[in-house]
Amino acid sequence: MITLSCPWCGPRNVTEFAYGGESGARPDPATATPQPWRRYLYTNANPAGPVTETWLHRAGCRRYLVVERDTTTNEILAIRRPGGAPSTSARHATTGRATEQRP
Amino acid sequence: MTAATTPGAATRLDPQPGEVIDRTDRFAFTWNGVEHHAYRGDTITSALAAAGVRVFSRSFKYSRPRGILTASYLDPGCTVQVDDEPNVRGSHRRIAPGQAVTAQNVWPSLDRDVKMANQAVGRFLTAGFYYKTFIKPQRLWPTYQRVLQRFAAGGTAPDTAPDRLRYDKRYAHPDVLVAGGGPAGMKAAVAAAKHGAKVLLVEEEHELGGHLRYGDTGDLDRLALLRAEVAASDVEVLTDAVVAGRYDGNLFAVVERSAPGLTERLTKVRAGVAIVAAGLIERPYVVEGNDLPGVLLSTAVRRLINLHAVKPGNRAVVLTANPQGDAAIADLQRAGVQVWAEDARAGGDIVRILGRGGVVGVEVGDGRKVPCDLVVTATGWTATTSLLNMAGDRPVYEPRIARFLPSQLPDDVLVTGGLAGDDDLDELLDHARAAGELAAERATEPGSVRGAALPVRPIVDACLPALPLHDHPAMFRGPTHGFVDFSEDVGSKDLAAAVAEGYDSSELAKRYTTATMGPSQGKLETVNAVAAVAEATGITIGQAGTTTWRPPYAPITLGALAGRNFEPVRVSPMQPWHEVHGAAPLVAGAWIRPDHYGDPAAEVRAVRDEVGIIDVTPIGKLDLQGPDVPNLLELLYVNKWQKLDVGRVRYGVMCAEDGVVLDDGVTGRLGPDHYLMSTTSSGAAGIWEWIENWLQTERPGWDVHVTPVTTAYASMNLAGPRSRDVLAPLTDVDLSADAFGYMHVRTGTIAAVEDCVLWRIGFTGELSYELHVPAGYGLHVWETLLAAGADHGIRAFGVEAQRTLRLEKGHLIVGQDTDGLTKAGSAGLGGLVKLDKPNFVGKPELVWQQEVGVTSTLVALQPVDPTEVPPEASQIVVAGRTVGRITSSRRSPTLGRGVCLGQVPPDLAAPGTHVTVRLPDGRDIVAVVQQHLAHVDPEGARLRG
Ligand SMILES: [Zn+2]
Repeated sequence: MITLSCPWCGPRNVTEFAYGGESGARPDPATATPQPWRRYLYTNANPAGPVTETWLHRAGCRRYLVVERDTTTNEILAIRRPGGAPSTSARHATTGRATEQRP
Repeated sequence: MTAATTPGAATRLDPQPGEVIDRTDRFAFTWNGVEHHAYRGDTITSALAAAGVRVFSRSFKYSRPRGILTASYLDPGCTVQVDDEPNVRGSHRRIAPGQAVTAQNVWPSLDRDVKMANQAVGRFLTAGFYYKTFIKPQRLWPTYQRVLQRFAAGGTAPDTAPDRLRYDKRYAHPDVLVAGGGPAGMKAAVAAAKHGAKVLLVEEEHELGGHLRYGDTGDLDRLALLRAEVAASDVEVLTDAVVAGRYDGNLFAVVERSAPGLTERLTKVRAGVAIVAAGLIERPYVVEGNDLPGVLLSTAVRRLINLHAVKPGNRAVVLTANPQGDAAIADLQRAGVQVWAEDARAGGDIVRILGRGGVVGVEVGDGRKVPCDLVVTATGWTATTSLLNMAGDRPVYEPRIARFLPSQLPDDVLVTGGLAGDDDLDELLDHARAAGELAAERATEPGSVRGAALPVRPIVDACLPALPLHDHPAMFRGPTHGFVDFSEDVGSKDLAAAVAEGYDSSELAKRYTTATMGPSQGKLETVNAVAAVAEATGITIGQAGTTTWRPPYAPITLGALAGRNFEPVRVSPMQPWHEVHGAAPLVAGAWIRPDHYGDPAAEVRAVRDEVGIIDVTPIGKLDLQGPDVPNLLELLYVNKWQKLDVGRVRYGVMCAEDGVVLDDGVTGRLGPDHYLMSTTSSGAAGIWEWIENWLQTERPGWDVHVTPVTTAYASMNLAGPRSRDVLAPLTDVDLSADAFGYMHVRTGTIAAVEDCVLWRIGFTGELSYELHVPAGYGLHVWETLLAAGADHGIRAFGVEAQRTLRLEKGHLIVGQDTDGLTKAGSAGLGGLVKLDKPNFVGKPELVWQQEVGVTSTLVALQPVDPTEVPPEASQIVVAGRTVGRITSSRRSPTLGRGVCLGQVPPDLAAPGTHVTVRLPDGRDIVAVVQQHLAHVDPEGARLRG
């Protein structure tokens, strides 16, 4: 059982986290055609090596995290908040409308 | 000579300097019904050996008598039953007063055993006998199974777990974990603690000390000093505990066998750095007769004499190849045993061991037969590299010392003691001290992340000096064949036969013969097995390699793996009322809900005719606040939300990105920036995460705050034509149809409880109010409503009645009438989906579904024969081919007939179509597609009344 070092909570057992799968770029829903959209939905690169994934610290702060992990060694190369998003408090200071931010 | 006991053999010695028995505490216990006596500190077998008992079990396959071999936890022939506890390691477990110990795997008795006959038919039980003998004919497999079960080594477990058994789990986070409490482990632990590390030291035996415990007085003096050092340190010590496995991120499983008040405890240790000081296991010598009672390892006789003051025999032949064997000779002579020594370093050997039920003599190297009742071998060591293997090591065989050495490890695993090399005690302790200090440095280094994955690298790169190695003769098998695996009854001849049959690698031969696969799990037999395979294939042990050690290193009970039961159960605040009123419990995820109160059909009629009330607390509830809530709703629901006025409620459906229906529910607008969303009960947790995922990862700029309030409210639905009459006198909310219409929400007081939320919605198809009450007042409001409704014929109803009511009304249940492939267009929701919205989750797939047309759609069906109720999942067939299925079905008390929802292809979806429904019993019946999904009140007059 590896640990993940949550940017909010510190190092925790991976059993506290829910795996959200490989992060893939979403095609623009407005212009997408079936083939690339379904590739986005159903296929993973599943590389033997570094991969970018989404994890949820379900039994902790319940924040979603972007994790870069080497699948051959389980080495965690980086953990960060998604999309360079502002922190929780900053987000609540925001009054602006929808902004399109991707991880 | 098959007697299990030598009568009158009083073999307890005078007090020994290192003995662990308390001679002031003598008590009785029984062995196979016969009373014996033991001292406090005796193991089961040491007490019985002192009474002259030599045979403790019958072997697995050939039913050969077996006695003490190792006098340790590993002893393969000393597994016994203690009271109702099976599979107790008799050479490790300390006997307690009054215990009833019995032999196991003896059928019918220890002295006389039916399976002895197998020795005569041994040719049927040779290598791979499982795979050959019991194959054909197949009709006899059940018979074979019964025969083989008789062979299974094991005691008798009680039918129910005794109440006294207590298991637990815990976590520990030491900077440094030391596996092995011998001199090296003790020294390393103390050094690490002195260096500021938090240290956990784990020792499998009952005391710290390793081989020093059964050493000479010089060893005992050194041990006393080491123990004093440990006692003066902050090291946490676990004895009678074993490190059973190493996993990713330097996580270790530690099994504690005598934690206070517990049968067994599993401690999950996340170590900064682990020091493996597991030491060496003495290896048996493979020679004819090597399994006879009376053949012991040198460490076993040293344990018996020095720890338990037991004289293991009267005349001994000792084959020694190392100082431990020489020390055993000295111990034996001091204990008054006559010793014939064969020194392997000077060419001595033993050819075969003679005897039937026990040792009577030895044929030695020069052909002479030496009478004796004890044979002692000291022919080499097996390195306990299990934990190192689990850390990525590939131990390398070093012929000069005739054992394996570690080769590569990650930085968070260090090795010291006998695993690392040989030397005098002082030098070994220096190495251990250096290991402890290095471990402490690495573990407490600022910035070191515990649990990170570290790459393995060659051990020569490590910062610890290499220990010298002392030459040791390579001794595995004598001039004759003998047993390699005492647990599985596998001999060197069997391994040679396996190789001859083509199983010519250790991994193949091991599986074919089952060598190393018994309760000892290779700790005694692996290297001998590899040596036998190497010999038969004509290669070296180094070339043959070793088999891979996998966790666990030592047995763990299922109880310890399970630990305490922490499965949570959720109930609503109204649960006490349900229990008193005879609710049949329904397990729904973590919730226990009332399925019905005895008569679900009557509950349905009460709702249709008068009024009913149901506890719907498990419905997911999310409090949504912020100016961007409408954007969120617009994004996640397939229908439109921008124009929901304050005080209004709307039904919504969510789809996943593949267009498949994910969840449904109603959301109401309580204030300008304040909404309450409901989800399905089973979707409550998942939809919260779904929303947070979108807000955190995709729309981080949106100002929405989500608070789960599922259990902050007790929820109940008051349904039926008289529900308004029941509720009106109890609330300050104006319930008149004009003031509080269908699909509206109000907040107010109910039964004097403030801050309640009232939704006028109707899953049941009746006039109904869904009431969300602060949870602490749930039972009060529930009971007040029931009391107020008594004159109106109110009746509590359960999930079963609700399912029937909603089916009569044609309301779908996500996950029941849809499955993991049902897109919104196939769920009868096509009209709800607003494809003209600029964007919502699932839109691309729903656009394409509309373009291509649906392949299946949800319809209401009624069997032509009104008495038929096709079970859910009955198939809809055309010309014998399955084209659809019944998704929901009940007998409708309102209509007095069977009613269904089902998925059918579009060409069968037109109202009035007759479809064939194949029932599970094979009968085909005809059902008619209905015009509306609702069987009852399709116009919704009752709902809006
Ligand atoms: Zn966290």
